[in-house]
Amino acid sequence: MNTVETAKATAPKEAEKTMTPTQISGSQAVLEALLAEHVSTVFGYPGGAIMPIYDALYDYNDKLNHILVRHEQGSTHAAQGYARTSGQVGVVFATSGPGATNLVTGLADAQIDSTPIVCITGQVFAHLLGTDAFQETDVINITTPVTKWNYQVTDATEIPAAMAKAFYIARSGRPGPVLIDITKNAQIQLFDYYGYTPCKHIRSYRPKPLVRPSYIEEAASLINKAQKPFVIFGQGVILGKAEQEFKEFIEKSGIPAAWTVMGLSALATDHPQNVGMLGMHGNYAPNVLTNECDVLIAIGMRFDDRVTGRLDKYAKQAKVIHLDIDPAEIDKNVKATVPVWGDCKETLPLLTALIEKRNHASWLERFRELEKEEVKEVIQEELNPTSEIMSMGEVIKVLNELTDGNAVIVTDVGQHQMVACRYAKFNQSKSNVTSGGLGTMGFGLPAAIGAWYGRPDRDIIAIIGDGGLQMTIQELGTIMQFGAKVKILILNNQFLGMVRQWQQLFNDKRYSFVNITSPDFVMVAKGYNIDGQRIDQREQLKDALATMLAHDGAYLLEVMVGKENNVFPMVAQGSSVAEIRLK
Amino acid sequence: MSKQEYTLTVYTENRIGIIGRIAILFSRRKINIDSLSTSPSEIEGIHRFTIVIQETEEVVRKVARQLEKQVEVLKAYYNTNEEIIWQEQALFKVPTATIAEKASVERLLRQYGARVVVLRNDYTVFETAGHSEDIDKLTTALTDYGLIEFVRSARIAIIKNSEGFHKKLKEFEAEEPSEELVENEFLGKRDKVFTM
Repeated sequence: MNTVETAKATAPKEAEKTMTPTQISGSQAVLEALLAEHVSTVFGYPGGAIMPIYDALYDYNDKLNHILVRHEQGSTHAAQGYARTSGQVGVVFATSGPGATNLVTGLADAQIDSTPIVCITGQVFAHLLGTDAFQETDVINITTPVTKWNYQVTDATEIPAAMAKAFYIARSGRPGPVLIDITKNAQIQLFDYYGYTPCKHIRSYRPKPLVRPSYIEEAASLINKAQKPFVIFGQGVILGKAEQEFKEFIEKSGIPAAWTVMGLSALATDHPQNVGMLGMHGNYAPNVLTNECDVLIAIGMRFDDRVTGRLDKYAKQAKVIHLDIDPAEIDKNVKATVPVWGDCKETLPLLTALIEKRNHASWLERFRELEKEEVKEVIQEELNPTSEIMSMGEVIKVLNELTDGNAVIVTDVGQHQMVACRYAKFNQSKSNVTSGGLGTMGFGLPAAIGAWYGRPDRDIIAIIGDGGLQMTIQELGTIMQFGAKVKILILNNQFLGMVRQWQQLFNDKRYSFVNITSPDFVMVAKGYNIDGQRIDQREQLKDALATMLAHDGAYLLEVMVGKENNVFPMVAQGSSVAEIRLK
Repeated sequence: MSKQEYTLTVYTENRIGIIGRIAILFSRRKINIDSLSTSPSEIEGIHRFTIVIQETEEVVRKVARQLEKQVEVLKAYYNTNEEIIWQEQALFKVPTATIAEKASVERLLRQYGARVVVLRNDYTVFETAGHSEDIDKLTTALTDYGLIEFVRSARIAIIKNSEGFHKKLKEFEAEEPSEELVENEFLGKRDKVFTM
């Protein structure tokens, strides 16, 4: 029997006793569900098959803020940005066919980066399914690999239960994207509505594993015996809302902690035990010392290949404690000596209670020593370049001085992303929004729009390359129409810089189609009624950034940076983390 | 670690599209599914997939966990052939004249425990059930006697030390965190991994 139907069959029965039903349409039921789930903002784009929902939306204008994007891909990234800064589920509307297929990149991004979004797509009438009707695509099968769950509704009576399941699944356990495809007849259909019952349990789905004390004890005993323990953490700390629990754990244990790109901002940048970024373009010390530590404590991270480098040479000397909510991550890439399966919001305090208060001063000093080497070889020149042309790092440095680490930094993908993650300062969690697992160029601008709606009280700075901006530049129209006060900071090196760097290092400088020309971005912004300027002199930098930040409204600042600068350090593909190169 | 035959038993909700969600977990790793059958289980409304693949234990374990991660999958077990009792069914269409004329054919059919399903003037349909190797042998032998048509079903399997799914389902229906074991080598409880 269909599970949605089961829920549908039981919920109204209980309600029937006390309530008289109201006749509403499937479309209204969708919008009522959004209100019941406390959704205030929807990112979407109308079209034929979702017209009944948009017609119903006409009467909900005072309760739901709908942001009309310029391309459906933008709606998914905006919903992601919204979810990342607000901690709430992002919501998307799109029509059938091309509208729905345009969601795929955003769904894949949200799936690999565990971002809770719910996408509602219109679909052709149920009687036309499978007939190659106008704007019909098999959205359910197209999106199955890139959704945590998806479901097609062909009867309006299913809508309340399907929506309730969608929100529950999207935000519980390891969060992820959910898609509900609703045929046009179901959107129009009137039915007896008994109100909305949030979903709290699905028998085949258990998002919250039981925490087993034996594992906590085993982990604590390993930590207590360790001489060179090392914590590496990811987005799980943020998704679990466990930043405080995490801080208490590392402060009591005295263990140095390094972050993945997705874990960035969960721990303040200037925390004395924060030893930097892991992975391919991460910091020198945490990469090298991964292969020297005796106990590696991985918290809410999944050992992505960009973090581990060559797996058979990764932390082989260490005992590994892996805290994760998703059992499929345990032993997937790195074998765990002790798996601590559970929500780190629950497991971390249990672990903290059992560990001894310690101070790994000399071990922490090892990180600081190696850091000095990195400063000398890389950071000093990157932040204070001797060249005439500006570097990406110095732009971020000046930005830090002006924001003092209080802004939300949204990035696109490429060199600027790695530089921003390496050097941007963060004081609070949910402040770094980036496309980590999928590496989606074009993510930055729409994600920044969503980030602003998620936290309009904060400064939202979108740092984007000249390549990535051109992938979703049409979203400037969304900013123009709806007024998101996004600061767009283009770091323009006139190249697809990351690929160019690889071609330089690994393909004998055979620059194959990385030389990209750009429009006059300031003129383009002007066309969209967005103020901005372009600078290429160091003396202009501080004032230009200050002008951008002080501007009441969206602003575009294009900074010309070194054309052939490289991001270092770097763990070359196929190398071990210990073989990280400084130049 | 070398590849061997594994039989996965996957309990799922009976929902349209779940077969796609299951199949892509194999195809994305470029694993060929040797055999797949879906059927009801001992519990009404719960479906049972039986899937046969050739893989290493490590990969099959990862696939099983990713199967269980699907919202509508209740449980995935994987077993070697020693841990299960399995059967496949086959139907053979053979010219009746050949069978009537050649005693060796009759002997062959007896030897493999094949039974007549339909007997006509022109052809006879036999059915047999057993392990695939036995069925394959019979098929090869019958080819020499003018085998007209042959079809073999997917594998169905019973896990030897399974207590069935009723008790497990009660746990799933309780609105409490799971006590399901996800163990690893360190704690020496490998035998409990994905066993009942």
